[in-house]
Amino acid sequence: MFSRTIFGVLAGAAALAVAAGGAVAQPKDKVKVGFIYVGPVGDHGWSYQHDQGRLAIEKAFGDKVETTYVESVPEADSERAIEQLARTGHDLIFTTSFGFMEPTLKVAKKYPNVKFEHATGFKRAPNLSTYAAKFHEGRYIIGQIAGKMTKTGTIGYVGAFPIPEVIAGINSYFLGAQSVNPNVKLKVVWANTWYDPAKEGDAAKALLDQGVDVLAQHTDSPAPIQAAEARGKVGFGQASDMERFAPKAQLTAIVDNWSDYYVARTKAVLDGTWKSEDTWGGLASNMVVMTPYKNMPDDVKKMAQETEAAIRSGQLNPFKCPVYGQDGKEIECKGNGALSDEQVLGMNFYVKGIEDKIPQ
Amino acid sequence: MTTFEAILLTIVTASTPLLIAAMGELVAERSGVLNLGVEGMMAMGAACSFAAAVTFDSTLLGVFTGILAGALMASLFALVVLGFAANQVGSGLALTIFGLGLSGLIGAPFVGARRDPVAPIEVPGLSDLPYFGRLFFGQDLFVYASIALTIVVALYLVRTRSGLRLRSVGENHGSAHALGLPVRRIRFLAIIFGGACAGLAGAYLALVYTRFWSPGMIAGRGWIALALVVFAAWRPAWVLVGAYIFGAATVLQLHAQAAQFGVPSQLLSAVPYLATILALLLLSLRHGRAIGAPGSLGAPFVPDR
Repeated sequence: MFSRTIFGVLAGAAALAVAAGGAVAQPKDKVKVGFIYVGPVGDHGWSYQHDQGRLAIEKAFGDKVETTYVESVPEADSERAIEQLARTGHDLIFTTSFGFMEPTLKVAKKYPNVKFEHATGFKRAPNLSTYAAKFHEGRYIIGQIAGKMTKTGTIGYVGAFPIPEVIAGINSYFLGAQSVNPNVKLKVVWANTWYDPAKEGDAAKALLDQGVDVLAQHTDSPAPIQAAEARGKVGFGQASDMERFAPKAQLTAIVDNWSDYYVARTKAVLDGTWKSEDTWGGLASNMVVMTPYKNMPDDVKKMAQETEAAIRSGQLNPFKCPVYGQDGKEIECKGNGALSDEQVLGMNFYVKGIEDKIPQ
Repeated sequence: MTTFEAILLTIVTASTPLLIAAMGELVAERSGVLNLGVEGMMAMGAACSFAAAVTFDSTLLGVFTGILAGALMASLFALVVLGFAANQVGSGLALTIFGLGLSGLIGAPFVGARRDPVAPIEVPGLSDLPYFGRLFFGQDLFVYASIALTIVVALYLVRTRSGLRLRSVGENHGSAHALGLPVRRIRFLAIIFGGACAGLAGAYLALVYTRFWSPGMIAGRGWIALALVVFAAWRPAWVLVGAYIFGAATVLQLHAQAAQFGVPSQLLSAVPYLATILALLLLSLRHGRAIGAPGSLGAPFVPDR
């Protein structure tokens, strides 16, 4: 009994200390930053780009930081890995896949002194921020390029899974294409995997075989654009610059640039100014970067650059109202002259003109 | 090239690595050894072949390195399960995990490198025949090798004395040993052959199929090869059929999506696996028992015990 009371008092004191520590953020001399990746760093896409962000932190702060990463963490089994980082003295932990959301939230509650950052999710806590990038801004630009570049009038898209983020990307791509080529047709093939180079390549070949001549992808490996190159067709790089895999085929690539954000958040922890926030950056904040426009006529290049500038300055929103659903009915406009962030983040419909169904 | 031809060609490319890997595993299993390390050996074959091909700028050298890497991995497995009579299931799983890890290490400096396509073999006149010209006379060397491999393995197992000995070792290693057959030597060679085939299959994936290396690129094909051996009831001809059914199902579901047939893609993605289960069911209904499995499959062998 006595020992339990003592223990209770101690625990209470510890909790108070924790609460105090949480409330008054203090500058630190050195931070330990951990990363959880869903794929291998060598995927040359999604996880690779997050790791570039990690390297940027090391470069920016030198001796003041120590970084670790765990790669290829299965989403279903990620809690162990996240907790491992939290337990080993990391001050800031980035979990970089949508599927890490619940495990991150759980571990964040258990370790209130550790700061967490979850990519592409929507659940926050006092010590858990979320961040994501508006890739659909880039997809509108590549859609316009595709609309101009297609000779067959049919453009293609290799998707991973029919989740809102991917669907919003497809819609934005198609709206971009439609804005310059009203009769353009879109074919979508779902690979049902984020990462299986051979299968992604097969999906791309299936599209190319069926008359697609401009290919976009929302899977992680360079296989689809490489398939386009092998067939003498063109396409767009995804997540990282894939030019070396398809020097003749890559028109541009939508690059995820996490470096600035990661450096800023690490600095916030060092300075003691870190707060739980939700960040959704796009072209304007350099979280989404387009690689140089190549392999296209000058007028297409000029159009792409103008569109990029318009989106960057906020003049143009890919989902500017009116947006019509597949049935031709106008989608209720909940944002300011465009669909609201929530509508984009939860998008589960195709826009008018896409002659396909979203797999349910 | 018509769409029809293009589809057939893609199916062949998708089926070939499965066929090669499964054929190697079939020989190992017919000698009574279950090697669950196919995935790991394929990964090593892919990583090493790609590393060699890039370093020496030679596809041929890459292929040989891939075969060698697979064989080396298999010899490690052979040492454990034959030399120390360790549990084959555990050792095979360990081999897969080891192979996936080591391949990532070996391949790391080569992430981002790429190879040019391997030129298919053209037969003047015949390759341009309508519909089937390219299918039969316009493939890369690996495809012809995989077909030749099937024929050679089939003939070897059924028509040669050595093949008979291998099968008898697999059926009952105790009796084979009593008859004076070198059980462990035969199994060792069969395991090495299986590893070499897995290495070749991995090389095909890295050098022809994707033409780049990245960790995890085997993406479960080793496990499918293992399933194909069971599906084929341990017979080479059926491995060929199974590999092509599987390849066709994978590719056709992608085409069905592109053609907008309106069938849910998740269901279509599952079709190859459903087909495997269905085939297994039909086969076992016909035979009424676990068909074709070698009698000593998976059992550790210790001489004179």
